[in-house]
Amino acid sequence: MAFQTFLFYLLATILLFAALRVITARNPVHSALFLVLAFVTSAGLWLLLEAEFLAITLVLVYVGAVMVLFLFVVMMLDINLARLRERFWSYLPLGAGVGLIMVAEMALVLWGRYFQLGEMPRPLPLPADYSNTKELGRVLYTDYVYPFELAAVILLVAIVAAIALTLRRRKASKYQDPSQQIRVRREDRIRVVAMKAEARADEMTTDK
Amino acid sequence: MISLSHYLVLGALLFAISVIGIFLNRKNVIILLMAIELMLLAVNTNFIAFSHYLDTIPGYDPLAGQVFVFFILTVAAAESAIGLAILVVLFRNLHTVDVEELDHLKG
Repeated sequence: MAFQTFLFYLLATILLFAALRVITARNPVHSALFLVLAFVTSAGLWLLLEAEFLAITLVLVYVGAVMVLFLFVVMMLDINLARLRERFWSYLPLGAGVGLIMVAEMALVLWGRYFQLGEMPRPLPLPADYSNTKELGRVLYTDYVYPFELAAVILLVAIVAAIALTLRRRKASKYQDPSQQIRVRREDRIRVVAMKAEARADEMTTDK
Repeated sequence: MISLSHYLVLGALLFAISVIGIFLNRKNVIILLMAIELMLLAVNTNFIAFSHYLDTIPGYDPLAGQVFVFFILTVAAAESAIGLAILVVLFRNLHTVDVEELDHLKG
């Protein structure tokens, strides 16, 4: 238990330090990398909370895909940092004031009796063959299958939206349009012309 | 010993840091998007902490919090993809990520 307590405080400290550096770093690439550190440290905290599948999913999906996307975009854009950092610290008194008030209010509620170990005791240790992934799958595909399908539709919408927003066509390239190809009618391609018949070859007089 | 309160206060601190980040970085769209990701992380940690500590309370499905986080991760990934696509198109047209340049609709 003492090791878990120490581990919680260590991970929490690293997480809060990384979060603070995300918002104060001068270089956006540093911010993105500190955000990666924050996510990986959170995955460690979620492992402490026995949510193994979600901890690994956080690392694979969030860090592996979303943060890589962020890094691509940050490194692709040529940002003028001097303009963006103007009057940065002048907003700190108001921002820190609001933040501290929020934390104080939340801590007053959350540190109360109802969330301490008296009312919400530490759960019993799980059996050795307990598989968090299996339990999550059992619940996800039966009770929550409708939201699961909706999540798939949301991802499809995100793909279509991202492509539709950023697609640029090359104007000079020639390509087939299949819907126009199959809409073609015979009259568009063939025109029957009535012509007088040529004179027969043996009726033609030679010019002698 | 670590109780639920510890995790909830940690979530509250992360959320407040994210709000302070929005106050400080009001010009830089990229850091704003990163602050939103931090906010979602704080909320997810709250859900998972509740899911862990509600094991012993009868009548609650202990995995409901984790299922919720599953869907929040999905939606957050979709939202950051679209947000970054918008940012890229914006940068293509304006060549800046300064929020103050986004005033073309002003009268």
